Amino acid sequence: MTRRVVIDPVTRIEGHAKISIYLDEAGEVRDARFHVVEFRGFEKFCEGRPLGEMAGITARVCGICPVSHLLASAKAGDDIFAVTIPPAAEKLRRLMNLGQIVQSHALSFFHLSSPDLLLGYDSDPSQRNLFGLIAQHPDFARGGIRLRQFGQEVIELLGGRKIHPAWAVPGGVREPLSAANRDYLRSRLPEAFATVQSALAFFKQYAETHAEEVDHFGNFPTLFAGLVSKEGGLWEHYDGYLRIVDSEGRILVDQFDPRRYAEIIGEAVEPWSYLKSPYYKPLGYPDGAYRVGPLARLNICSSMGTPLADAELAEFRRRGNAQGIVTSSFMYHYARLIEILAALERIQMLLEDADILSPRVRASGGINKLHGVGVSEAPRGTLFHDYEVDERGMIRRVNLIIATGQNNIAMNRTVKQIAQHWIHGATNGIPEGLLNRVEAGIRAFDPCLSCSTHAIGQMPMVVTLIDSQGRVIAEARRD
Amino acid sequence: MARTLTINDQEISAAEGQTLLEAARDAGIYIPTLCHLDGLTDVGACRLCLVEIVGSNKLMPACTTRVQEGMVVYTDTPRLRAYRRQIVELLFAERNHVCAVCVANGNCELQNMGIVVGMDHVRYDYLFPKLGVDLSHERFGMDHNRCILCTRCVRACDQIEGAHTLDVLGRGAHSMIVHDMNVPWGEATTCTSCGKCVMACPTGALFKQGSTVAEMVHNAEKLAFLRAARERRVWNV
Repeated sequence: MTRRVVIDPVTRIEGHAKISIYLDEAGEVRDARFHVVEFRGFEKFCEGRPLGEMAGITARVCGICPVSHLLASAKAGDDIFAVTIPPAAEKLRRLMNLGQIVQSHALSFFHLSSPDLLLGYDSDPSQRNLFGLIAQHPDFARGGIRLRQFGQEVIELLGGRKIHPAWAVPGGVREPLSAANRDYLRSRLPEAFATVQSALAFFKQYAETHAEEVDHFGNFPTLFAGLVSKEGGLWEHYDGYLRIVDSEGRILVDQFDPRRYAEIIGEAVEPWSYLKSPYYKPLGYPDGAYRVGPLARLNICSSMGTPLADAELAEFRRRGNAQGIVTSSFMYHYARLIEILAALERIQMLLEDADILSPRVRASGGINKLHGVGVSEAPRGTLFHDYEVDERGMIRRVNLIIATGQNNIAMNRTVKQIAQHWIHGATNGIPEGLLNRVEAGIRAFDPCLSCSTHAIGQMPMVVTLIDSQGRVIAEARRD
Repeated sequence: MARTLTINDQEISAAEGQTLLEAARDAGIYIPTLCHLDGLTDVGACRLCLVEIVGSNKLMPACTTRVQEGMVVYTDTPRLRAYRRQIVELLFAERNHVCAVCVANGNCELQNMGIVVGMDHVRYDYLFPKLGVDLSHERFGMDHNRCILCTRCVRACDQIEGAHTLDVLGRGAHSMIVHDMNVPWGEATTCTSCGKCVMACPTGALFKQGSTVAEMVHNAEKLAFLRAARERRVWNV
């Protein structure tokens, strides 16, 4: 008899999801699926709204990474205005995005995932959370909470509030940074550096002694995609060119203007999930599966561009394959910590920049193009906001491609791989520790489902039929 | 000639011809309003300023009721508080008010009134009407979703600017603010683009083009200033 094991809900991720593991007659794992059962509707209800409101509306996609949506939306607005924003505005936007990366990564690592790492996958689930962590490792927990607070403070001191600041707007930002706030942020940096460096030391040791997790938590070849700087291909988080590399380190796409994403990225829809599955078109679906986010950004960049993070990147790559590509999704945690370090170094550089206090932070503009795309790196990966407007700036069409969606195929494979490795001959249920590993495999991606299920109500609006060779053989459109 | 009356058990002296609202405010007694705006004539549309007058079964709007000798008025009774909250709830339920992403968030009289009347939730089903946004004017926009039909814009355009571009079409909850003979704002030939309607708006229904969330400030007090300056001939020209 075929049995189905359901984990519902998956805990300690942003949003709600369900995992189904399909077992065969012998109790071995036949297949596994990660279902996203949430539904939002952002792309549809933004239609008919004025462009100026879009940054504020789309920031509400998510309470964890509102800044990412704010910036991608403001950039799409810049594109429609056809303006170059003032240099200080770009630096301030970068500063806020770095604060966002610090706070979101700190949340993922310290609050959500470290209970698994420090307390153990098989520990009592009632204690395996932030509060259990505080009880047993108070200094580690306090450091993590304060590191996240620092990231939040960067956002608050720029945007006036920690969550949903309506600060980045088409043409720039609304408020400059004050000298007092700059000095305060500077004073908070040494502690933040110390926290992430001790977390890095802990994680590296952990990875040495937990090879089984490293090897089986979503360890498989895929493509990796993200932005790199326009010059030098450095680690990038705000603006740059799209680069896609494979697990052998071959660069498939480079120097590619991300505003042309639709030429190379397709979005597949599966009937069992609200989460779409973007893929690299030339390889088809699902062979064109790619991963985004911290692991991908570290795999695709030529270097980090800052000394401490570059030293860590060299170590990171030594743990990868012969080409230095790290394919285990478990290492997302490691990549996340290195990115916190890189973000802190860049925050330090920006706070020392003479331009950062400039009051010239907003370019005025009108509707000069009817189509605009804004692309930036959210903590979880590359984020695309694509708007069409009419002559008066009224939104006519919206397409959002969210980081978590781009990891969908990889997350499904991760679930299957973990299930196949840890679950054998299951007859009378499955031990808690094994179920938790499946969840933890998902958690390694730090998925944000509230963000990524923004799709419209009557989906799919475009039905694409893809054959086993990855070729699109039919397309039906319902308007 | 002065009139003496009692508001909330407090003896008040008011000038003949003053409204109850004016007399109460002169005496430091707060009565909530939305459709009233200093500098414009009153129409008694929003019903928030209803008061109880001893000897009358009807509730009377303070903004359009004149003071009378010996009147005994109550402005803040449990009955009035219940009605006021109900009125504000109905305004929120009638159209699509989403404070979080509104250009007037933090600068909105409707939002403030929700707080004043203690509206912690809305007990009525939202109607979610499908209403448009008019961005056809070069400088300003109108979002009918956020309009509460107070007609302050209509009166500002008529009484202060003198253009009377704006008016009301239809009846009841189906009323709409229209420009000229119901044409897009940008095509209204009588509009002088002065922006007084935008100043008068209590919500985010009228806004400057390109406004982002919580960025819109209306400056409604400028209208009373204009009106007073004109009537008192303060300019030496």
